[in-house]
Amino acid sequence: MRTSSPRALWRVRPYLRPYAPQLATMVVASLAGIGAGLAVPLVIRRIVDGPIARGERGALLPLALLVLALGAVETLLSFLRRWVQAGAANGFERTLRNDLYAHLQRLPVSFHDRWQSGQLLSRAMADLSVIRRFVGFGLVFLVVNSITFVFVIGLLASMYAPLAVVTAASIVPLTFLSARFRRSYTAVSRRVQDQQGDLTTLVEEAATGIRVIKAFGRAPLVAGRYATSAGRLRSSSVESVDLRATFWSLIDLVPNLTLVGVLLVGSLAVGRGSLSLGGLVAFTSLVLLLVWPMESLGSIVANAREAETAAARIFEVLDTVPEVDDRPGAVDLVSPVGHLRLSGVGFRYPGSDRWALRGVDLDVRPGETLALVGVTGSGKTSLLSLLPRLYDVTEGSVALDGHDVRDLTLASLRRAVGVAFDDPLLFSASVRENLLLGWPDATDEELATAVSTAQADFVHDLPWGLDTRVGEQGLSLSGGQRQRLALARAIVGRPTLLVLDDPLSSLDVHTEALVEQALAQVLASSTAILAVHRPSTLALADRVAFLEGGRITAVGEHAELVHALPSYRAVLGLDGGAPGRVGQVA
Amino acid sequence: MNAAGGRAEDAWRGVAAERLEDARGGVAAFLRARSRRLLGSLLHPHRRALRWLGLVVVLETVSEMVGPYLVKVGIDRGIPPLTHGGSARTLLLVVAAYLAAALAQAGLTIVFVRVAGRIGQDVLFDLRTRVFGHFQRLSLSFHERYTSGRVVARLTSDVEAIDELLDTGISQLVFAVLSLLSTVVVMFLLDVPLALVALGAFPLLCAITAWFRRQAARTYREARSAVALVIVQFVETLGGIRAVQAFRRERRNQAIFEEVNARYAAANIRSTRLAAVFGPGTRGIGSVTVAVTLFVGAHRVIDGATTVGVLAALLLYLRRFFEPMQDLAQFFNTFQSAAAALEKLSGVLEEQPAVAEPAPGTEATVPPGEPLDVRFDGVAFAYRADRPVLAGLDLHIPAGQTVAVVGETGAGKSTVARLLARFYDPTEGRVLLGDVDLRRLPTPVLREAVVMVTQEAFLFTGSVADNIAFGRPDADRADVEAAARAVGAHELFAGLPQGYDTVVGKRGGRLSSGQRQLVAFARAFLAAPQVLILDEASSSLDAPHERLVQDALGTLLAGRTAVIIAHRLSTLDIADRVLVVDAGRIVEDGAPADLRTSGGAFDQLNRAWVTSLG
Repeated sequence: MRTSSPRALWRVRPYLRPYAPQLATMVVASLAGIGAGLAVPLVIRRIVDGPIARGERGALLPLALLVLALGAVETLLSFLRRWVQAGAANGFERTLRNDLYAHLQRLPVSFHDRWQSGQLLSRAMADLSVIRRFVGFGLVFLVVNSITFVFVIGLLASMYAPLAVVTAASIVPLTFLSARFRRSYTAVSRRVQDQQGDLTTLVEEAATGIRVIKAFGRAPLVAGRYATSAGRLRSSSVESVDLRATFWSLIDLVPNLTLVGVLLVGSLAVGRGSLSLGGLVAFTSLVLLLVWPMESLGSIVANAREAETAAARIFEVLDTVPEVDDRPGAVDLVSPVGHLRLSGVGFRYPGSDRWALRGVDLDVRPGETLALVGVTGSGKTSLLSLLPRLYDVTEGSVALDGHDVRDLTLASLRRAVGVAFDDPLLFSASVRENLLLGWPDATDEELATAVSTAQADFVHDLPWGLDTRVGEQGLSLSGGQRQRLALARAIVGRPTLLVLDDPLSSLDVHTEALVEQALAQVLASSTAILAVHRPSTLALADRVAFLEGGRITAVGEHAELVHALPSYRAVLGLDGGAPGRVGQVA
Repeated sequence: MNAAGGRAEDAWRGVAAERLEDARGGVAAFLRARSRRLLGSLLHPHRRALRWLGLVVVLETVSEMVGPYLVKVGIDRGIPPLTHGGSARTLLLVVAAYLAAALAQAGLTIVFVRVAGRIGQDVLFDLRTRVFGHFQRLSLSFHERYTSGRVVARLTSDVEAIDELLDTGISQLVFAVLSLLSTVVVMFLLDVPLALVALGAFPLLCAITAWFRRQAARTYREARSAVALVIVQFVETLGGIRAVQAFRRERRNQAIFEEVNARYAAANIRSTRLAAVFGPGTRGIGSVTVAVTLFVGAHRVIDGATTVGVLAALLLYLRRFFEPMQDLAQFFNTFQSAAAALEKLSGVLEEQPAVAEPAPGTEATVPPGEPLDVRFDGVAFAYRADRPVLAGLDLHIPAGQTVAVVGETGAGKSTVARLLARFYDPTEGRVLLGDVDLRRLPTPVLREAVVMVTQEAFLFTGSVADNIAFGRPDADRADVEAAARAVGAHELFAGLPQGYDTVVGKRGGRLSSGQRQLVAFARAFLAAPQVLILDEASSSLDAPHERLVQDALGTLLAGRTAVIIAHRLSTLDIADRVLVVDAGRIVEDGAPADLRTSGGAFDQLNRAWVTSLG
């Protein structure tokens, strides 16, 4: 459901509330500045009519100083408005961006699977700065210009009412044009913003996927896609420029036509003698004051439309309720023992009508190590993702120590569960910070133990040891090194439940054997569930669950299953197929 | 940094200046010149249109200036006849002229905004595709330092800063300069001494502008750097959201983000406040000038040296002189922001790929479709100068041979693969493909001949089929399915919720790593290169799929040259030859069967592997 635009912009007002005094200051300073500016010509008229006409040099200086003073006041007020605006508009933007980021961190993995980070980034950066510009400039001048308009019309009415009516009538075309423009411009500006997001996505993917692009020599293909997308953005932008061109020029016509009306009606009045010539001159010079407020309406309205669609895009994200979140009344998991039970678990990825898992029952006793075996696509990774609640079950339940995991606070659940993913994600931070990601208060000994258990001692040979920056902004590590760091990260906090997704796949046989040896001790003290492809790793497991097509078809000891199930043997390559032949020849 | 040293700026070529907080002297001039060159080259194709645009602006300014004059004429000449019961002809003529001028102005505005907008959008398109293409050309060694977040920052927020300049800045500048010039001319025509007084503030204006420019260059550079940090943190968080949530990194992330975001806001506040001094500052100078001119002018009128009318006109024009100054101040503001962005973008464009295209005239080619041999000729390589990975490696792989490279982690196996794929160039020696140095092969020729499948199987947004077709973009669905069938993954992909059209999610997040590796294999099959490099490409596959891939490789590699990097020896079955690498040297080389019984390093590795199979 899409939030309607004007309401979306209206909804940013809680973020503006802290800056109400600043906004008021900006409006008042602008109005006062306009007043000071208006006073200057009046003083000049007095100088011309007074001292100059009468040749009084003595009276000149005070009046000239008055002009100087008025100019100084105008300057200071303009300075004040901009100075205040800097703090308010940027403070507003900063708070809203912080909140958006916080909300994105709360939204579950299923949301992030769906949403391209480019689209999210363009909301957090480009859209927010559009709103900031509106808040800092458009909003204030919308108010200031309206007040100026009403004030000048009032002044005109006191001079000669019929002409004031002619002038005030200009509000009709202005309103009509703005409404017409709004309808067409909203759609275009939304499209421009969406296409900017798409373009950002392409940039992000082309940068993160650079190795694959280079390995296949597909730079021209990727650049071609980008050019197509950039071309679409160009067409939409040109369309929006054309709309603005028409709108602005029509808006510019309004004050000119008003002036023509004033001149015609005023001339007739002068001809009939109901208005003096001097009166008409004064009148037209006042109407001239309205030219800028009317003309600037064009860009303010365009800015406001863009801000509305930008706000709608931002609230699309902020309105998404995290499906995986603390329930009301969720309890902390206190001194967990690690009894894991899955009952009747079924899971479908959001938006899919196929069951990735169905009817899964499992009971893993505290301290036990269970291995999950199954072919690629049988549901191992999906099952593991349910344990730290990266996704929630579609039916059935996952319980830890008798609590449905959905009744536990996320923080306490995830503190009890240590995970190593099949895709070891490292952040641009020091090795130490990457390892202590989930347990920043772990001791140096705990860290050292985890590093040696995972055979990750290579970290001590890095240029700055544990303080070496790794991840995207730091040193690139090999796949095997990253995997060992991910393993160390999972075990450093001695979690109650250890979840390891094919944790040794990138290690050579020698290192794997060492890791297994060391890991056996860790596994003795925690409950563990691991997805496994290699028979060698199965030595760590007390029991094995065999997954086929999202269902658990057998649970038992490795030796039993090997003996009983040909399909199990096939999955592990123990049926005399190709990989085994190497050994047979030897 | 020593700005006084004549060639100090050499140190700041390319993206090096991004680390610079404050550029002065020679370096600043160097960076400005570089930015100007880029802007010039972007605008150059539009010089004809720009000339026309100039004409439109002049006409528009004229039609705008005509308005007030016609009002004056209407009042002076049109109305008096009416008061004496005369005809309204003059008045109606004036009104008609005014209407014509207003309509002309409206028409010219439409033309101006449309033409300027088109030029602006064309320039942006040009800039975007240029920078994007250049990033794609730059070598991996660059990307490893530069990070994806900064690439994104360059192509989003920096390009947007330039967008703003083109969108509003140029027209502000043109209008302001035109009004300024015409006003100065008129003032001198009116009264030279008084005009000199009025323009006495000009040096002051120059001084404040120079001050602003210096300060703004610094603060806007800060803002550009800060926004890049915000984007980097944002992109990295979303990329690793699984680990962020599983390890409760949210709070720490939030603290980091709020800090860089605060830095960005602070830089923005500083630059806005700088403009808050500059804009009103010019206005203040204007006010002082008005007062002084009024004072001096009044004395001159009393002395009889000039008339009241001239003084009044001059004061009016003076106002028109300082009004556009505000626009000019605003222009300088957007310009400085864009200049900081241009500085970074021109830096990127100045970077040369470490792995360069062959110089014109030296390009070579290899016969397409034939098996090619590979030769490493005294190859040495180091990622960091003090840590050599390979030293004097000699290796010949005859055409059509499949070679497995084994050894412990860190022995240099992957480096061999990366040098053969020309991700890097050797620091010494040569890598030859069919007797041609890789450095002489243009990229399209090289990539047609050599393809590498890496351990991290990166997937792009789109469907499974799209991702397989990445191997050969002109492949149709039948080709894609045939490739999947060849690696034994057809049933798996067909069984996904929407089959081959299943959208893989951001970075393939909806697939397991085994499924992603199968996509990567199918890709390579579709590409069917003359030389195939597999770098740990099957580590996440289960045994049945690995076996299917092995079988498929057996067929594919017949008549092709292949290098297989493996931790796991299961891959060796299809190898004609095994190389054991240790500390950057080949310690064993021979047929798998021979090495297995040699009692050497490979024999030991193999025994450990057999034991691990349980």
